[in-house]
Amino acid sequence: MARLQIRNLEKVYSNSFKAVHGISLDVDDGEFMVLVGPSGCAKSTTLRMIAGLETITGGEIRIGDRIVNNLAPGQRGVSMVFQNYALYPHMKVRSNLAFGLKLKRRPKPEIEDATEAVANTLEIDPLLDRLPKQLSGGQAQRVAVGRALIKKPDVFLFDEPLSNLDAKLRASMRVRITDLHKRLKREGQSSTVVYVTHDQTEAMTMGDRICVMKDGCIMQVADPVTLYNRPENAFVAGFIGSPEMNLMEGALAVNGGVNIGLAGQMLTFGEDVGSRLGMRGGDVLLGVRPQHLRIATNDEENALEGHVSHIEFMGHEVYLYVDVGDIRIVVVVPSEQYHPEDIRDDRIRLVPRETAVHIFDRETGRNVSLSANA
Amino acid sequence: MAEEITVRATTAELASARALAEGRRMHAISSAVRYALLAGVGFLMLYPLIWLIGASFKTNSEIFANPGFIPSEPTLTGYIEGWRTSTPYTFATFFWNTFLIILPKTIGTAISCAAVAYGFARFEFPGKRILFATLIATLLLPNVVTRIPQYLLFRDLGWLDSFLPLWVPSAFAGDAFFVFMLIQFLRAIPRDMEEAARVDGANTLQTLIYIVVPMLAPALISVCLFQFMWTMNDFLGPLIYLSSVDKYPISLALKLSIDTTEAFQWNRILAMSVLALVPALTVFFLAQKYFIEGISTGGVKG
Repeated sequence: MARLQIRNLEKVYSNSFKAVHGISLDVDDGEFMVLVGPSGCAKSTTLRMIAGLETITGGEIRIGDRIVNNLAPGQRGVSMVFQNYALYPHMKVRSNLAFGLKLKRRPKPEIEDATEAVANTLEIDPLLDRLPKQLSGGQAQRVAVGRALIKKPDVFLFDEPLSNLDAKLRASMRVRITDLHKRLKREGQSSTVVYVTHDQTEAMTMGDRICVMKDGCIMQVADPVTLYNRPENAFVAGFIGSPEMNLMEGALAVNGGVNIGLAGQMLTFGEDVGSRLGMRGGDVLLGVRPQHLRIATNDEENALEGHVSHIEFMGHEVYLYVDVGDIRIVVVVPSEQYHPEDIRDDRIRLVPRETAVHIFDRETGRNVSLSANA
Repeated sequence: MAEEITVRATTAELASARALAEGRRMHAISSAVRYALLAGVGFLMLYPLIWLIGASFKTNSEIFANPGFIPSEPTLTGYIEGWRTSTPYTFATFFWNTFLIILPKTIGTAISCAAVAYGFARFEFPGKRILFATLIATLLLPNVVTRIPQYLLFRDLGWLDSFLPLWVPSAFAGDAFFVFMLIQFLRAIPRDMEEAARVDGANTLQTLIYIVVPMLAPALISVCLFQFMWTMNDFLGPLIYLSSVDKYPISLALKLSIDTTEAFQWNRILAMSVLALVPALTVFFLAQKYFIEGISTGGVKG
């Protein structure tokens, strides 16, 4: 049972490269926190600092009531699952699971019971007498999870544990890990999780809350729904959601209505956007998710006109790639609403859903269309 | 027309079948030639060894009379006489001495080199670069240069005529080559397992013993084998530091049998040489798999 608190955490390498820029993050007891970001955003470094595998240059990490900055990894009450499993190659699965408890000099019967229990939970009992090289990727990952589980740590750390698995297995392991977390929580065991991934689908489906990182800074910490609907900046908007949000450079002018000029066309928005706008004019990025654009009916005004460059049929929906001037945008249309006859001579007119439009300050990247109550 | 086509087709098939058979024959001939050549060269290389074994069963007079390697009257005299030696000791003493030198030296080498290599490969510490450069520099330094200073040092320590000068340098990772080999091997192993062990609560020493050493096993076996063979063959070291005959290892004892008699009993020398080869060969064949694995991984991936 433990809460993880990170205060002004910094990491400067010996070559004076600053990897982590004083981040602060609270992970509540039993919370599943996902750190997500593109490669090089220092999410793994942050996790390794929590684990004690990287030294901390500045700030403070607290697990429960203890400041763990200078504690050895083994004394922090954490356990970690690595991307490439990191099972001890010369030990059988049983010994791999038991290694941590053996080092703690726990009595043999206790170790055996714990091993059996964990093996049962993860359905790896038939594998106990195998060597790691005799396991498939999914099995090895389950053993790695088991090795973390058996120690009953305060905080579980996962470092991209699913990226070496194929798509199908990844999906099933995702569910398995989430189920396991729920189960631990239900049983009143410690279940605080910090999970690092670069895959936004994993982040969205698994996390209670998600911490989006970029270049060693936190961009936004929020639950998946908030992150999707109310991104605080253009980076989060572009990173979360698939296909990516369309971000189009334009010029904003507020005079009566909200006008955004982009690619030689003018879009006008009404009261909904106007009421939540925190900026009166200037260079902006207009952000519209592909799902929030629809094909305009013939007589509709205020639509973006573009040229369809290609079409991908995905089954339940259709992806249209549209060039508006020199901006490439993606539109997702549900298959049943897609009628090829709407597109004449490859020309198409698109209407953004006004309530779902985001406007970002192009200079700072900040979302200027989030009012307090929207 | 149709017949013509069939005929043409058959001719074409025949031609291709013929070409195929011809190709196969050429391949067989070329293989035969290659194997014959390799076998010939292999035999040439092995001949001295075969001759050595053959000659050890000959009488002393036959060795120079008969150039072939099959003895005309096989005899064990060489072995029996040779084993007795011309000293108060039998060859068993010399074998035992060799063993007494090799065992601590090999164990010391394995432990010290693994520890030093682990330090260099996995930790950052002040002066690491300079120390590593020094290590590599000692690799390049000719052994002869250090002989005299070492001798003086061991003399001052009062270690002359004991096995200590032969053991101690190795027990402090004095063999830079082995340290370097292990470092290269370790660099090719990902650190994740060690990190996992640290998260599991292992300290540095426990990580080394439980995780690193088992993963280093193939390279460590190569190190032990190299050390074993080099020590077995080492002549200069024992020659410099050992003066009492009762402490001589095999390498010196063989020389001894040349020195002490005026007319060399070649068959005895050869017989004892054969016996001296046996331990090294046995160990090599037993551990061949690891030996090759260790060298290739250490060398190629480095």
